[in-house]
Amino acid sequence: MATALILINLYTDWLQPLRERALSLAAPFYLITDVPARIGDWVGAQWRSRQSLVEENSRLHRQVLLLKQQSQLLAAVKAENTRLKELMNSAETLEQQVLVAQVIGVSPNPMEHVLIIDKGRNQGMYIGAAIIDANGLLGQVIEVGDSTSRMLLITDSSHALPVEVLRNNLRAVAEGTGDLYRLKLRHLSNTSDIRQGDLLLSSGLGGRFPAGYPVGEVIAIRRDPGRAFAEVVLQPRGQMNRSRFVLALLRAEGE
Amino acid sequence: MIIKVGDGWLVTMSLLLALLLVVTPLPPFWLFFRPEFCALLVIFWVTRKPQTLGVGFACLVGLGEDLVTGSTLGTHALSLSVVAYFSLLTYQRIRVFSLLQQVLWVFILVGISQLLSNWVNSLVAKPIADLRFLLPALTSALLWPWLSIWLQRDVEGST
Repeated sequence: MATALILINLYTDWLQPLRERALSLAAPFYLITDVPARIGDWVGAQWRSRQSLVEENSRLHRQVLLLKQQSQLLAAVKAENTRLKELMNSAETLEQQVLVAQVIGVSPNPMEHVLIIDKGRNQGMYIGAAIIDANGLLGQVIEVGDSTSRMLLITDSSHALPVEVLRNNLRAVAEGTGDLYRLKLRHLSNTSDIRQGDLLLSSGLGGRFPAGYPVGEVIAIRRDPGRAFAEVVLQPRGQMNRSRFVLALLRAEGE
Repeated sequence: MIIKVGDGWLVTMSLLLALLLVVTPLPPFWLFFRPEFCALLVIFWVTRKPQTLGVGFACLVGLGEDLVTGSTLGTHALSLSVVAYFSLLTYQRIRVFSLLQQVLWVFILVGISQLLSNWVNSLVAKPIADLRFLLPALTSALLWPWLSIWLQRDVEGST
């Protein structure tokens, strides 16, 4: 019977509704196991000294000021960009809805990099939504429940995404390796122009991920003349196992 | 044999606790050492109440674990059913085994269940661990003595 269930699960998607229901059912377990961490956070927040709060406050003020200045610049650049795009008749928009979510659980299987986050269909989440943190791309949503969902990290060894080099728009495919701190570029020829320290952005080619979010940085290249392709190792920008709060990028309504 | 009123509760509560432990977050390195709490409990309850709890019970527990962990439905149902079947075959012997023999036997049983889950994972083309997949069997076996004390007390108490 169990074998039959496995086969049904494997070759059909009849069980999808059940799995989604199960996600809502499993959510309490993840929430309960998350309680110690939450208490830790709360205690940490309660027991801060006044001085450290004041310091943090002034630091954040400065940061806000800096970011505001940068966003002023950005507004001008964005307007210019839109004008240029209009000139080129391209209908691409950068508008996106953002949803802040909290990571409440990690998949118990050490071989798959899956996180459980506390936003689901009720909050507008859908399968394929891109997840980022403050530093870069983290992954995408693969299963949606009522108010929780599962996301696959880009470092999972079954994950691959189209990227491009910021410096020269060289296209490539970044693959997860099963290691939280490594990505690999696949099928990049030995002669391609890529250097250590190059930043790779998502290229938006697959239609899954929005273009232009930082994915990782090249930390090692091995060009072996005996092989057809160069081995390029990336370090992901997003903090795969340290992000507690993540951002989900939702497609704007009407698309 | 009729289950005492308290026992159904005890079984359910222990299973809920096991499911909680299964999804408790751990640092990445320690994930490989997480004991198979559900397999341990299935061995324990089947050995303790072989007349009432059997393969069907294990299958339900496995389904529960599949739903909570989000693995392919039936993965744990299959492996735990097999574990329950073997413990049903051998419960009389487990009860008279010395502690060391029991620990070894639990290691083998949990190892078999890990093997089956790994087989299913490879069917769905999920990445599988190297020999590290046996580590949970090892840690589970090391946890067994604590359960075993309880088992021994109960068996002596009931006879």
